[in-house]
Amino acid sequence: MKLKEKPTWRELPFACCIPEPGNSVYYKTGDWKTLRPVVDKEKCIKCGTCWIFCPEYAFEEDEYGYYNPNYDYCKGCGICATECPAQCIKMEEEVVE
Amino acid sequence: MVEIRFHGRGGQGAVTSAELLAQAAIEEGRYAQAFPAFGAERRGAPVLAFTRISDEAIKLRTGVYEPDVVLILDTSLVQSVPVMGGLKEGGLVVLNSKKGPGVWKRELGREDVSVASVDATGIALKELGVPITNVIMLGALLKATPLVVTETLEGFIAQRFPRIAEKEIRAFRKAYEEARVE
Amino acid sequence: MAKRRGIEVSIAIAEAARQADVDVVSAYPITPQTHIVEHLAQLVADGVLDANYITVESEHTAMSACVGASAAGARVFTSTSSQGLALMNEIVYLASSLRTPVVMALANRSLSGPISIWNDHSDVMNERDTGWISIFANNGQEAYDLTLMAFRIGEDRRVMLPVMINFDGFILTHVIEPIYIFDDEEIAGFIPPFEPIYRLDPDNPVTMGPVGVPDVYTEAKKQQEVAIRESRPVIDEVFEEFAQRYGRRYRAVETYRTEDAEVVLLAQGSVIEAAEVAVDHLREQGKKVGAVELRLWRPFPFKDLKEALCGNTIKQVVVLDRCISFGGQAGPVMSEVRSALYHEPKRPMVVGVVAGLGGRDIPLSDYVKMFEIGEECLRTGKEPGEEPELVKIVGLRE
Repeated sequence: MKLKEKPTWRELPFACCIPEPGNSVYYKTGDWKTLRPVVDKEKCIKCGTCWIFCPEYAFEEDEYGYYNPNYDYCKGCGICATECPAQCIKMEEEVVE
Repeated sequence: MVEIRFHGRGGQGAVTSAELLAQAAIEEGRYAQAFPAFGAERRGAPVLAFTRISDEAIKLRTGVYEPDVVLILDTSLVQSVPVMGGLKEGGLVVLNSKKGPGVWKRELGREDVSVASVDATGIALKELGVPITNVIMLGALLKATPLVVTETLEGFIAQRFPRIAEKEIRAFRKAYEEARVE
Repeated sequence: MAKRRGIEVSIAIAEAARQADVDVVSAYPITPQTHIVEHLAQLVADGVLDANYITVESEHTAMSACVGASAAGARVFTSTSSQGLALMNEIVYLASSLRTPVVMALANRSLSGPISIWNDHSDVMNERDTGWISIFANNGQEAYDLTLMAFRIGEDRRVMLPVMINFDGFILTHVIEPIYIFDDEEIAGFIPPFEPIYRLDPDNPVTMGPVGVPDVYTEAKKQQEVAIRESRPVIDEVFEEFAQRYGRRYRAVETYRTEDAEVVLLAQGSVIEAAEVAVDHLREQGKKVGAVELRLWRPFPFKDLKEALCGNTIKQVVVLDRCISFGGQAGPVMSEVRSALYHEPKRPMVVGVVAGLGGRDIPLSDYVKMFEIGEECLRTGKEPGEEPELVKIVGLRE
């Protein structure tokens, strides 16, 4: 359930609690970025360091064991690119069409 | 209402005396308060404790300024503390002393008051082996004025000092017998 | 059957917490509250009370532990005084905004400096606007009864707010007096199990205390304000049920000999009984005086206060504050009482006095002086002194 963005005081959950776990998926932060991480799968060693370090949990493992950024949530902070031991992540300019 | 002021030194148990007396009066169906002079307790420093006993509910929570009874656990305080301060005309002074009541009346300069004295330290050293006189002095107090029934008080003495109850009660009774009142 | 016992008020309060079957106690010792938490620690150590006693390094942490435990669904008790409450302050606000019904026994004590361990009401007044339900006890029996009732009030699902029970440090905490202590079975049914609305539970996660962005903060505060106002009928309900079950009746505002009174003294806490003695004394001299006790401090009992003070014979109210509002109007109680009556067409005049700061004893003669100040106001139509706004302290060496 997505909480109403501007609830009245009666609609606001008790004590401002967030009763549903994991509702941050409704809050897409992908449009915050000016640079986006791009993974070069030729160099990737599938170590998962990007997945561990990403503060937004934006990396998802695919069926081949690669980690791909989810651009709906990635804020473009670049931590993954800095931490990647194989240096396979490049931060490229976000192109908005 | 009867107001009693206890004078002692930190560690002598003046507060316990005040409490035991109040508990006995409450047990007998009357109203009572016991409280210490509010502050930091330090061993050896002069301390005060108070008991109020009444047949009606006690609403007063101010300090005791004009006591009916002053009980002095340690006569060295007579020199340094105004122990007689505010004591009512015809009131009662209870002292831990070898000296008789007549001598004290003259020394305290108050011929109007009654005085009870008992060598509580002597009794304490003999019966308890330590110079703790608080319970013993209550024996002298009750002899001079039967504020509560001695058996009621003895019940609370036993409750408070379960391991040395027998000794304490024996000393308390001895003080009751030996106290001289004038 | 309740047994009438000569018991120290602090121990009676600790017994109330035991009989409420608290799950968690977290507190830091501070004079004059210490005996309460010492006794509870002993009960837990002896296995008499099945609770977690969380020892902490400060009051700030004590209240943090209380809020966390309450959020997890525990029944929680704490106790503090003065500087301890001031140090808790940050988390005191959180307890009410997170709606965790912690019960606090507050042994009222002055705030430093100069350093003072003695009684006045500076500590509670400093926390006036924290959103806690705040009730004053004026003797040991009330402190015991109200501590028991605090759990019922705070944990009621229509309320879910923390409650502080105020009782004067030393003047009550350190006194042995007769108190009816319930048998455990007798009180057991009075306080039902705590059923929180949300609880911290790993199997059913919820988020408590999230960021309140400008878009929701105002709504959250409104919700809190409504919650404390709506606690009032529950408070009355609990007072009523207590009276029905046990025969002792509590009211938000109590009056003493006010039927035909012209001048009344309004106060909170243990001073009220002494004020009643002064009333009796002055009545014997033919003076039409009475006393009013403002027992419920938050939520403020507007209606009860108006009923007690307006539209009757009362012409002058003297409010005794145990705390100074520096540079303001006497003290917080006086300014609230005066403004609460502002819109009443037939209202008495209100004058404030301050007394009993930092353990200064208030002898009977000082209560008489307070009534005299009231009579002078009534006679002259204005407050005494060159500067009426100046805080009037009774019992001050000039």
